[in-house]
Amino acid sequence: MSSLSAFEVSREDLDLAAAGLEEPSDPGRWSVRVRGLHVTYRTPVDPRANTLRHRAMRMARASALRRGATAKDRGFREVLAVRGVDLDVEHGTVLGIIGANGAGKSTLMRAVAGILPPSQGRIEVNGRISTLLALGVGFNGNLSGRENVVLGGLAAGMTRRQIAERYEQIAAWADLGEFIDMPMKTYSSGMYGRLAFAVSTHMDPEVLLIDEALSAGDAKFKRKSYDKIGELVAQARTILLVSHAMGTLRELCSEVLWMHRGRAVALGDPEEVTAEYLRFQEVGEEPVVMEDV
Amino acid sequence: MTVSSEAAVPGSAGGARQQHVFEAQRAGMPNPRVYLEELWRRRQFVVEMARSTLKAQNYTTLFGQLWLVLNPLLTGFVYYLLVDILSGGKHAATYFPQLLAGLFLFNFLAGCMSQGAGSVIGSSRLIMNSSFPRLLLPITQIVIAFFRFLPSLLVFFVVHFVKHEHFTWASWLAVPAFVCVALFASGLSFICATAQVYFRDFANVLPYLTRIWLFLSPVLWQLETQLNRSGPKAELIAMNPLSPMLGMWGDALVEGKAGRPEWLLQGACWGIGTFLLGTVLFMWREREFSVRL
Repeated sequence: MSSLSAFEVSREDLDLAAAGLEEPSDPGRWSVRVRGLHVTYRTPVDPRANTLRHRAMRMARASALRRGATAKDRGFREVLAVRGVDLDVEHGTVLGIIGANGAGKSTLMRAVAGILPPSQGRIEVNGRISTLLALGVGFNGNLSGRENVVLGGLAAGMTRRQIAERYEQIAAWADLGEFIDMPMKTYSSGMYGRLAFAVSTHMDPEVLLIDEALSAGDAKFKRKSYDKIGELVAQARTILLVSHAMGTLRELCSEVLWMHRGRAVALGDPEEVTAEYLRFQEVGEEPVVMEDV
Repeated sequence: MTVSSEAAVPGSAGGARQQHVFEAQRAGMPNPRVYLEELWRRRQFVVEMARSTLKAQNYTTLFGQLWLVLNPLLTGFVYYLLVDILSGGKHAATYFPQLLAGLFLFNFLAGCMSQGAGSVIGSSRLIMNSSFPRLLLPITQIVIAFFRFLPSLLVFFVVHFVKHEHFTWASWLAVPAFVCVALFASGLSFICATAQVYFRDFANVLPYLTRIWLFLSPVLWQLETQLNRSGPKAELIAMNPLSPMLGMWGDALVEGKAGRPEWLLQGACWGIGTFLLGTVLFMWREREFSVRL
């Protein structure tokens, strides 16, 4: 673990070590390791809480009361989006993630991508991360597809030469014709999705995070993107795929994780887990027993 | 942002593999060395983003990029008219170049502040979709403000030469004066970007604050004449951190003479101090940005 020596040991680290959870990590085998992950958002109870007036009123009231305040009293509600997830993903795995809306799927993906800070726990990713998240790429709708591709690559920390080497492949895969040099605001959502997919898969990713990005395309695009995913997996690249399309997951994934209310309910064979999930959705019961998993 | 490290790890497929570790941290400061390295790696993003933003901005206007020159010219004219009416038409021969020099530099500072304030909030999609040092966003806005400042400098030089002014060795003192202002403006830009995340009213108040600051700065009037008067107003003007920097700048560029040496020292202290304060404040808070957007 010499590569980790640059970090200060946090309290969580010590806790994990004490609980015997900290095993010697083997970057050769694991692509993504998640240990005891919690992600908590703090959202204002009152939508005006971010304004000066609101703050001033609160401060005045608080000084009048002088009482111990909880998070809610301070005007915040804590949203526990992910509550204690452990996950090990081997290189070359396609892991599907399913769950109802608000189950914490996208939050988990953003935490693995390093966008959202964990409030507890630890995430280890071995390999270059590329993201294709729900909101898509694109910096400026006034700029052309070509310019946005370059900007995306530069923001990801690539050099101009590395981008130039990949650009032709990206343009050919996205197959946008003359639209590639037109402002992105003129694109249809399918074209947008095609370019976004082309960029994230051609940036030589070792860990690719895809969040409901395959749904916008037509049948031809779907076929092409399945093939591309298969190609990446053949090169031992790891893919985390959030989707509501059970058919897609059954076709592409080697494992499926079912999340419910921020917790991992089941992880295993795609057929079994998706069937179980569908049964659960039809029944609509609270999985009281499963919540303790 | 969470801690992200890249270290060579012997991968199974041979060759070095990046390793990222994201963990919960008590202290908000990321590892400065890793952070600055990541920032430096993306320097081309700043240039490309600034260039394409400026290009896209005046895409639909009749005069196009000519607005970059027209804007400062018109602003200068408006203030000249204002002061001309107020002073009854009596002022020094060098008054117009003096006004332009100060006004353009102040506009650069005001641009850094207002664009900086919008930089994080305005890029919420980018922040939620990719992981990179967030300091990149206000830095890009500072570079854009600088690119806007350059054509205004051209306007100044044209006016200056038409008025048959000449340059001396002391004129070069304008360069260190500008560096002080640029550092000061960058620090303020980082502070504004952070403030806007927490207080959304900030951007509404900011234009009035900068307008008042303009009137308290030696732009529409000359520093020497006001400092020689006594009274509380002179003291307030002497306390204005911009006074020494703008005084040095105006004297060097327009009169071709060296201002008081202590002005440069004061300017350097304010510039470096504010820059460090702003950088640390932004880096300390930036992990929270993605959960507060």
